[in-house]
Amino acid sequence: MDFSIFGYQFMQNAILSAFLGGIACATIGVFVVLMHMPFIGVCMSHAAFAGALLGLWLGFNPLVGAFGVSLLSAAIIGPLADRGELSPETSIGVIFSLMLGLAFLFMGLMPGTKSGALELLWGSILTNTRSDIILLGIVAVVVVVLVSVFFKEIQATIFNRDTALAVGIPAALFLYGILFLTGATITASLRSIGGLLIFSLILNPAAAAYQLTYSMKKMFLLAAAFGVLSGWVGLLFSYFFNLPSGATIVVTSSVIFMIAAIFSPKRRVKGWRRKPLPEEEP
Amino acid sequence: MDNELIVIDNAVVSYREDIALRGVSLKVSRGEFVGIIGPNGAGKTTLLTVVNGMGKLLDGKVWVLGDYLRPGNGHSLRKKVGYVPQVQNIDQRMPICVREVVMIGRYGILGLFKRPGRSDYEIVDEALELVGMSHLAERPIGHLSGGELQRVAIARALVQQPELFLLDEPTASLDWKAQSDILELVKMIHDTRSLTTLFVTHDLSCLPVTCDRVVLMKKGVIWGEGSPDELLTNNNLSLLYDMPVSVVERRRKEAVAAK
Repeated sequence: MDFSIFGYQFMQNAILSAFLGGIACATIGVFVVLMHMPFIGVCMSHAAFAGALLGLWLGFNPLVGAFGVSLLSAAIIGPLADRGELSPETSIGVIFSLMLGLAFLFMGLMPGTKSGALELLWGSILTNTRSDIILLGIVAVVVVVLVSVFFKEIQATIFNRDTALAVGIPAALFLYGILFLTGATITASLRSIGGLLIFSLILNPAAAAYQLTYSMKKMFLLAAAFGVLSGWVGLLFSYFFNLPSGATIVVTSSVIFMIAAIFSPKRRVKGWRRKPLPEEEP
Repeated sequence: MDNELIVIDNAVVSYREDIALRGVSLKVSRGEFVGIIGPNGAGKTTLLTVVNGMGKLLDGKVWVLGDYLRPGNGHSLRKKVGYVPQVQNIDQRMPICVREVVMIGRYGILGLFKRPGRSDYEIVDEALELVGMSHLAERPIGHLSGGELQRVAIARALVQQPELFLLDEPTASLDWKAQSDILELVKMIHDTRSLTTLFVTHDLSCLPVTCDRVVLMKKGVIWGEGSPDELLTNNNLSLLYDMPVSVVERRRKEAVAAK
């Protein structure tokens, strides 16, 4: 096999992007999986997409628009979910449909070619520039630092918001923080991974990690490892078989999930329970 | 005032259209064990949330542990109040073990940027020992039974090393044996740690026999207050629960027989 490709700048950029994006997205994925809001991924990516289109249409930096609109959605979903009148999934669904509508609206209003818009939808990790990587790097570092510094508060908030509140943790603040972080991460990864494919890079590594551990800390670490692995293996396949990189990354992450599900100790527990339990001292 | 840990003066709390508390006043002294009894929807849980600063007051004044309760100082108050909420909606699939769940009780006190140290682990292990859960400390939380979950919730409240202990229907949805075990545990903890305890229940047979005082609640007001022997007459209970005296009598006899 010819590995000279790794000498090229664009491939090095892609490898670095996969590393940073994999860590950031998979970490966010742990929140998404444990807080039962898988559709926050699609919702936020469409919000960012709509914001970017707004920028393209009105002629300001699409990235600024993407950040603005996705953080705005987080700010709406947070209170809706927190007050408990709607389930988080319902409020995410309401915002998601609005964002989808807005994206189409802006696309219709936008004069001229739509190629810039479609690029955002599919993403292209192989054309990442230095500034894309810097942005991904900033987000990845912010996500990792915040999760490590506030791990105990985040753990308590994810575990049960009422319990967190009852022990004196400002749970609502951390919920909003988690939603904002989700929005920021998705926005930063939008151009590299694409609005449609980011969903799987958020969900699959975390879901795979969840299959393998009963510890939240290990779940974060495993998810990040699987995220990076999905990106790297996906890039390899993309290069050697001349396939679109986004697709190979997604399929790799799905395969990792399937392998994790097959070898999950959580599945074995069921079999073990069918046997008579050993007598336990009370 | 020094000896009064809780002073509630004319508290009014409302959720959407419903008024949950309509002018409730209550004083609780240090070391008391107070049972709060009443039918579903009487405002018992709301009364507890007022005490730990989670309920939003429309009117009235509340002092807890000597602090006047304002919107904003709830978080610092809650660190000092052990609260065991009603049947916890624990996500069975959460990847977290029993010891970690109990440790959450330390998180508020530790504050931001501090990690649990050795002394925190000692406090947690001691609490697990006290509630009889040491042998399950490493179990994932989803693998526990209802009674075990309730013990974990009590341990989590205890590691806050509170002066004030609030329990909301801790025996609901437990079997008889688990119910009486939890009641004994609560009483033992109240005595050994010299706590002030508020114990909410709708089920009279689940009231610890050693209550110093009972508070009867109905439709958002305190309907009666006094020593259990004086207050818990068949007549009063029939009025409280809107049931004929004969039914109350029969039910209480059955409850005693079951014990």
